[in-house]
Amino acid sequence: MKQIKTVSDLEDLRKSILKQRDPEKITIRMCLSTGCRAKKSIKVISALEDELNNQGLQEKVEIKRTGCHGFCEMGPIMVIEPANIFYRQVTPEDIADIVFETILKGNIVKRLLWKDAGTKEYTKTEQDLPLYKKQKKHISYNSGKIDPTDIEDYIAADGYLALCKALNAMTPAKIVETVFASGLRGRGGGGFSTGLKWRICSAAPSDIKYIIANGDEGDPGAFMDRSLMEGDPHRIIEGMIIAAFAIGAGRGFLYVREEYPIAIEHLSIAIQKAEEYGLLGNNIMGTGFDFNIAINKGAGAFVCGEETALIISIEGKSGTPRSRPPYPAFEGLWGKPTIINNVETLGNIPQIILKGADWYSNIGTVGSKGTKIFSLVGKVRNTGLVEVEMGTTLREIIFDIGGGIRKDKRFKAVQTGGPSGGCIPISKIDMPVDYDSLREAGAIMGSGGMIVMDETSCMVDIARYFLNFLLFESCGKCVPCREGLKQMHYILTNICEGNGEKGDIEALTELGHFMISTSLCGLGATAANPVLSTLRYFHDEYLVHIYEKKCPAGVCKNLFEYMIDETLCNGCTLCRIRCPEKAISGEKKKPHRIDTAKCIKCGICYNSCKRQAVIVI
Amino acid sequence: MNIEKVNIILEEHEYKHSAIISIMQDVQGVENYLPEDTLRYISEKMELNLTRIFDIATFYKTFSLTPRGRHTIRVCSGTACHLGGAVKNLEQIQRTINIQEGETTNDRMFSLETVNCLGACALAPVMVIDEDYYDAVNPGKIEKILSPYRLEPEV
Repeated sequence: MKQIKTVSDLEDLRKSILKQRDPEKITIRMCLSTGCRAKKSIKVISALEDELNNQGLQEKVEIKRTGCHGFCEMGPIMVIEPANIFYRQVTPEDIADIVFETILKGNIVKRLLWKDAGTKEYTKTEQDLPLYKKQKKHISYNSGKIDPTDIEDYIAADGYLALCKALNAMTPAKIVETVFASGLRGRGGGGFSTGLKWRICSAAPSDIKYIIANGDEGDPGAFMDRSLMEGDPHRIIEGMIIAAFAIGAGRGFLYVREEYPIAIEHLSIAIQKAEEYGLLGNNIMGTGFDFNIAINKGAGAFVCGEETALIISIEGKSGTPRSRPPYPAFEGLWGKPTIINNVETLGNIPQIILKGADWYSNIGTVGSKGTKIFSLVGKVRNTGLVEVEMGTTLREIIFDIGGGIRKDKRFKAVQTGGPSGGCIPISKIDMPVDYDSLREAGAIMGSGGMIVMDETSCMVDIARYFLNFLLFESCGKCVPCREGLKQMHYILTNICEGNGEKGDIEALTELGHFMISTSLCGLGATAANPVLSTLRYFHDEYLVHIYEKKCPAGVCKNLFEYMIDETLCNGCTLCRIRCPEKAISGEKKKPHRIDTAKCIKCGICYNSCKRQAVIVI
Repeated sequence: MNIEKVNIILEEHEYKHSAIISIMQDVQGVENYLPEDTLRYISEKMELNLTRIFDIATFYKTFSLTPRGRHTIRVCSGTACHLGGAVKNLEQIQRTINIQEGETTNDRMFSLETVNCLGACALAPVMVIDEDYYDAVNPGKIEKILSPYRLEPEV
């Protein structure tokens, strides 16, 4: 491979890649990201290869192994170009029909199309799916379209053009100012101005500087970073190289969770390929600029998403945060000026450089620019990744894109920002989603997890869940976080187990505010958010738990019983057969009964009953 | 202890103190856990204090100081999985194989762990056995999911 030395080398390569491609050729895009792979997409691909070979079609049809399409729930996902036909939940048994009907005859296999659970209508193409229609895909555009292990696919999609522009037509200072003017804010949680961070670091006096890409996506319920690293790794690497050039860093570190093996694999391949093409390493594109990237695997510590803890972890120690200042931009990795950007933040950089700060700052709201990828999960009909313009309302995201609540249940709350965030109730459903509105509502943007809850979700339990999570993840270095979490968790556990008493709510509130004002790092300072936000919006639910000893959602085990509504039960026997404790009795076609003394509240009967006859009391 | 493999890992990372976490991850990849004699050996070879190595081994969740079973069951307890009933699934697994989280069955068949989030939230609730993912799990499916692993012949 000839190394890319100049702008025209890259342009020539791009043209020659595109020239070799026939836009009319049938290309089958199969997702090989975590979600689809979990649903056995590898088996589907090998069945597809076999069938194409059997039919002598291997030359006429191209199979492209892509990253995440965003509609993970419907995996394995297959898209057939050029018509962009979208097939979902494809199994190896479907392959013969797909090849015979769609590839050879141009017909649609209707049973594999996506069907709207509400309107019962089928959708034929990828772009017409409700989940995709209202999205504005800027950062996740390539994911699901290109082969993430093929650098030429990225180059064909204008990849590395921004790097070319940055190195050849811009000074480091100009890049920093462009990023500042774009209004880009950090996508990892804090929402700090990226340009300002770069400006501070580039002004710091030192010959040695570092850049760290934070791919330690720790928030439970968020997976946009994983999808981006798996599906479009070069975008992150290109952003990193530009950032390094802007601040004068010679080495970069990509810190990725160990739980994301495919992301690590794709990033490693991308680094190796970028080096081979002369886009990374020594003397990048013949400009004399040297920059190398190494990957660090996280070892399962949530607190390492905090920047000072992450730095200490890269230094090879246990990752406990330290107090700031000094900020890492002055004194970071091995005491040198360091910038730490989330991988999605870095994924924004190439387009800002290529299209300009004005273009970027026209997208979004006054205080929050650009687009943001959210992971829309929980009790919503269409779950997956959605990229929308900042300022899109919660209603648009949950109801228009997400299709509303499953099983026609009632929307109760949406949790954003992971363990540092909060729960937003129905009264705020028309709120625009941006950094400032979310903060005002008592939640935060965080990394972009959006977990939708319905009437079967208990808000006290959710608060306890997050505290339990943080209790295990607190590093224990500072007292407010270590002891505060323990006490708050103790009180919440009492409430959930039916031992709540007068004064609990006041104690929780006091402890929460104390932790916010006195904790050492962001983990402790935001740990009370899930409790305080649920107390603010769902106060009554706490009262019912404490004073009436009831859990209306049917989650807190000691505070509810399952019962069969005899007027609804038709005696189908399904619950009786499935009950692992043989706690259900009743004759066929006659109402059944649950023996509450034997019942372990596993919920199997509740989930199996087709007539909703099993109720929570 | 597989000294040869441990030496190769140490060589690969050039005995760098900053690479100790990666070294321990690689060693665990070979040994399935971190045996004490291996850690002592690494400490000596790298001239790195044993307390720092144990500090790391006990701080990061990924490391295990006790042997694991042939199959590791990881139950995702991320928010989406929690809402979907991950706790009920975990309890059902505990009842089925009679161990608690963090333990290994007496016959060394299964180890049971929970994991913060596997990033497969759209498939919630999720559990993973070794490399196999199971989506939309409910307590009624547990026995069916586990039984093929019990029958698998030893490698």
